[in-house]
Amino acid sequence: MDQKPLKKIDIIFGWDDKCTPIQVVEKTIKKTPENIILDMIDSGLKGRGGAGFPTGLKWKFCRNEESEVKYVICNADEGEPGTFKDREILDKVPEKIFAGMTICGYVIGAREGYIYVRGEYNFMLKTLQQKIDIFNQQLHDMKVDFHVFLRSGSGAYVCGEESALFESMEGKRGEPRNKPPYPTVAGYNNKPTVINNVETLVYTSEICRMGPEQFKALGTNDSRGSKVFSVSGDTPIAGIYELELGMPLRDFVDEFGDGDTKAIQVGGASGHCVPRKKFNDTIIGFEGIPTGGSMMIFNSSRSMYNVLHDYLEFFTEESCGQCTPCRIGCQQLLKGIEAVKKGERPPTYLDDLKRLTATMKIAAKCGLGQSVANPFTSIVDNFREEIIY
Amino acid sequence: MTTTEVLIHDLVEKHGKSRNALMPVLQGVVACEKFLSEEAMIAVARELDLSAADVYGTASFYTFLDTKPRGKNIVRVCKTISCHMQGKDAIIKAIENHLMVKVGETSPDKKFTLLTANCLGWCHKGPVMLINDEVFPSVTPEKAIEIIEEFAKKTI
Repeated sequence: MDQKPLKKIDIIFGWDDKCTPIQVVEKTIKKTPENIILDMIDSGLKGRGGAGFPTGLKWKFCRNEESEVKYVICNADEGEPGTFKDREILDKVPEKIFAGMTICGYVIGAREGYIYVRGEYNFMLKTLQQKIDIFNQQLHDMKVDFHVFLRSGSGAYVCGEESALFESMEGKRGEPRNKPPYPTVAGYNNKPTVINNVETLVYTSEICRMGPEQFKALGTNDSRGSKVFSVSGDTPIAGIYELELGMPLRDFVDEFGDGDTKAIQVGGASGHCVPRKKFNDTIIGFEGIPTGGSMMIFNSSRSMYNVLHDYLEFFTEESCGQCTPCRIGCQQLLKGIEAVKKGERPPTYLDDLKRLTATMKIAAKCGLGQSVANPFTSIVDNFREEIIY
Repeated sequence: MTTTEVLIHDLVEKHGKSRNALMPVLQGVVACEKFLSEEAMIAVARELDLSAADVYGTASFYTFLDTKPRGKNIVRVCKTISCHMQGKDAIIKAIENHLMVKVGETSPDKKFTLLTANCLGWCHKGPVMLINDEVFPSVTPEKAIEIIEEFAKKTI
């Protein structure tokens, strides 16, 4: 399989004095929207929130929609346990986000962009608004018809799901919608909308700055470029690192582990747990295990039962309650592993629970309920004894 | 008009009289009053021309839009895995003992409500707690109490 050794990169947080974000906008909007879309497609950039949809295609679909009003939305509702990269980006280089939004607005024909920041990050709203005001003024001076607005969430994980986020912005309960229609057809206010993750938008402006070639040179065939990782758990150097995509998990463990790494949860609570024996043949990227950036490291002192229990408690609380498979499913999984642990149910009950997660995967309405199967099966399959005894 | 009604009227002036303004208006009320009273929700409904049930429906969905009375300061300790591994239990215990409350309760002097929260996004610097909107990463039980004491002094 195509892979790259671990390499630290500095695109996201790097700063080019000769080409600041607003200058990137100025330079880019001299091109035609079609050419910008071609650059995006050529770069191979896929969404950095976790789902990995090709960004260029998303922009193209939205551009092709006929509508007087369209929107660009930056999804900064970063709630996945173990993820904290967007906060750092919002704090350090927000201008790059605004630039990405403006370019997207130019491409699809939108005049308004909204950043939806999770309520847990309210402390940064004031500074962020000041920076937005400066940027909006610069756009105004350049006669660019685009305006960035700021919205905040109120502590609901599910609002990171794009359609739930629209519902929330429309003053409703953050309950995901049925798809299709997809956001590029009917998103915020039922208008064509591009919704991108914070990091994705920064990469779009960086690709416009340096050209798709330089970005494409990084990573593998399926996973172009680099990605910001949030590293936490049993590591002496927890923090945020931008790494080239396509590295073997082994390299990652050697760099960040504490020498006693038992397992890594790739992609947060809704991601996959990889045990030690699979470190060598797991690739971090879309050909292996994709991630929104969360990498939680567990050493051998940790009980994987407690880890799974924590995740299930999290999902039980954060399930929006709209669809039955997710609402009831999460509760039953939590009760189920507790019952097995206490010996009230036989170990084979874990297999029944696995069948339940398979049902949730096909029957739940949104990614929240569908992805509970990931941590559940990967932890139960690899650490069955720890769940039972 | 009561102070709550005046506040809501001003918020609606600022954010506009549409359903899309509902979240910012509710957030504005919570920022000042810490929770949404029945009176406040009815006033918001009236101002935005929505049913009160609709406003309650939205408010009750969000963790940060409390509909129960809260203290003047809301302490939220992150309880998700990374903070769990870094000792959030000891932080919660220390605060519970200090304020003489359990998680979910408000201190008798109404100065603090202690809550837990799901991942606050500081996994590399846990355990972390929020007091109102302010964030305090890498706290120890002793430091947590010190911070709470400082807030207690500032709160009348």
